[in-house]
Amino acid sequence: MTQVTANAISPVQRPVKRKVPRWRKASPWSYAILVLSTFLSAFPFYWMYIIASVGDKAVASIPPEILPGPIFLESVAKVYENVDMNIALINTFIVGLVVAFAQVMLSAISGFAFAKLNFKGRKFMVLFVIGTMMLPSQLGIIPLFMLMAKLEWVDTLTALIVPALVTAFGVFWMRQIIDAQVPNELLEAASIDGAGVVRVFRSVVMPIILQSGFVLGLFSFLATWNDFLWPQLILKTAPNFTAQVALTQLNRSYAPDYATMMAGAILITAPLIVLFILVGRRLVTGVMDGAVKG
Amino acid sequence: MTSPSATMEETKGGRQKAAPSPWKPAPVQKPKKKKKEEADSTISALNGKWAYLFTAPFFISFLIFGAAPIVYSVYIAFFNWDALGGVDNQFIGLDNFAELIQDNFFWNALFNTFSIWLLSTIPQLLISIGLASALRSHLIKGQTFWRTVLLLPNITSVIAITMVFGQLFDKDFGMVNQLLGLVGIEKINFLSDQIPSHIAISAMILWRWAGYNSLIFLASMLAIPNELYESASLDGASGWQQFCYVTLPQLRNTITFVLIMGTIGGLQVFAEPLTFGGGNFNGGDNRQFSTLTLFLFEQAFLNYRWGYAAAVGIFITIIVLIISAINFWLTRKISSEES
Repeated sequence: MTQVTANAISPVQRPVKRKVPRWRKASPWSYAILVLSTFLSAFPFYWMYIIASVGDKAVASIPPEILPGPIFLESVAKVYENVDMNIALINTFIVGLVVAFAQVMLSAISGFAFAKLNFKGRKFMVLFVIGTMMLPSQLGIIPLFMLMAKLEWVDTLTALIVPALVTAFGVFWMRQIIDAQVPNELLEAASIDGAGVVRVFRSVVMPIILQSGFVLGLFSFLATWNDFLWPQLILKTAPNFTAQVALTQLNRSYAPDYATMMAGAILITAPLIVLFILVGRRLVTGVMDGAVKG
Repeated sequence: MTSPSATMEETKGGRQKAAPSPWKPAPVQKPKKKKKEEADSTISALNGKWAYLFTAPFFISFLIFGAAPIVYSVYIAFFNWDALGGVDNQFIGLDNFAELIQDNFFWNALFNTFSIWLLSTIPQLLISIGLASALRSHLIKGQTFWRTVLLLPNITSVIAITMVFGQLFDKDFGMVNQLLGLVGIEKINFLSDQIPSHIAISAMILWRWAGYNSLIFLASMLAIPNELYESASLDGASGWQQFCYVTLPQLRNTITFVLIMGTIGGLQVFAEPLTFGGGNFNGGDNRQFSTLTLFLFEQAFLNYRWGYAAAVGIFITIIVLIISAINFWLTRKISSEES
């Protein structure tokens, strides 16, 4: 409430008049911390490339090599001798896109119902959704595997897609977004004009939540891309491997060939980095918007 | 998680037009009565019956792929379940649980899990809050860049990164030991020694989550009203005092949130130790970094003892629920003492 009053008194010249509090000053220390953490965040990626391009002598030399070498393409070729990464990447894209699209759509309609529709048992059902998020995912993994075997979905991408189509997290997230972003007045006005529920959702709610839906889609895509335990249990043959499963194939020997492993790691990380350069800012927004509600 | 009721109106007129912050100030006033809020947030003009259709996909999916497996899991925990399907499954009552209590491998996994959780959570909390404080000033140039870079570790493949870290923590040729050697510390065997292996795994978790959590802390720091800092400065509080008496108390809910999420994730940690050990379920030659979840998978998919593995799963769930309950209780207690 104090904030409102302060704005009302001097909304314009406020930034000029206000003395900058100590904690808000940009000290050299802040920059030092940020530069250091940027270096630490980026270094493992750089190191991946060093090992893949210098070869195993990069890891066996003291002091360590710090400049890229010439054999990166050779390392990549060795990856393909072991597993077909192209098929694995295509498979991962298919699973990721289908799951992301389904999660956004199904979470949005459920979230809309939980946030804005008045129905019996609503409050209880919202609590129920939150409650299911507390359960550790591995609790049901054995029966889930048995179910996949019964359905004859073992070693298919279907087993990765169908159970992931809608999650409690997505539903809850969308509920929060719709609750916060879609003004009730707009919905009321639309329904007074004679729009039914489906129409209200399509022409009022959907345009507003498009951005947030995109962020949820990105997060589902990333989670699917990086998931590996379930795919590893389900997928048995190379043509069905996802990228992560393919990568683990390179990590299974007693004398690890680091260069090949790292080249494989680069192949499955590069698409994510490209994606991140394109939409990283939106992900940051998504994380921070979600945080305020935490 | 409190219910956000920020409408478009309330988010207008934010304090920080100067900063390119995506954060929108939360409403200062909240409806006093919960019931009123409930009634207001739904649209009575819309036919509520549609809700059953709209939420059906989630509930059907949860029933088939969530609830049913969990219930069945509890069921098979009472059996000597032969996963390979050779003989009839034998009902053995609580024997799996009795065996679990006497299983040294299980207690070892429990110890490792808590050790890794502790080693990763506490430093993570400090580093995240530190990073958020460094980013807090709107005078810092390149906000978007720093924030984006901080999120980068979180989006990358655990396996790929764990492979890199495995090499960095290599005993003879890893960069970590070489750097430690510069300051005269002898080579540490990060793979074979128990606590050092926990440190290596915690470092991987820390690297992945510190930036992510710092964004969460940053968002709630930006939500703290400036007036609090102003009055603190008038009272002559130093920067550090302001941090201790203004910032930290205001972050209380966020700290709890991050701790709960970190604990739920931490008790289920397995990807890092699995990859660190070269894809083996045993968690190192001497089980030095075998975790609870790794132990579960070892029993289920290496030894094919599904009944026993189900018992482990139930145990993990109970621990997660107890810790979440303690967290909620603590939060509630702290906030009721405040008011």
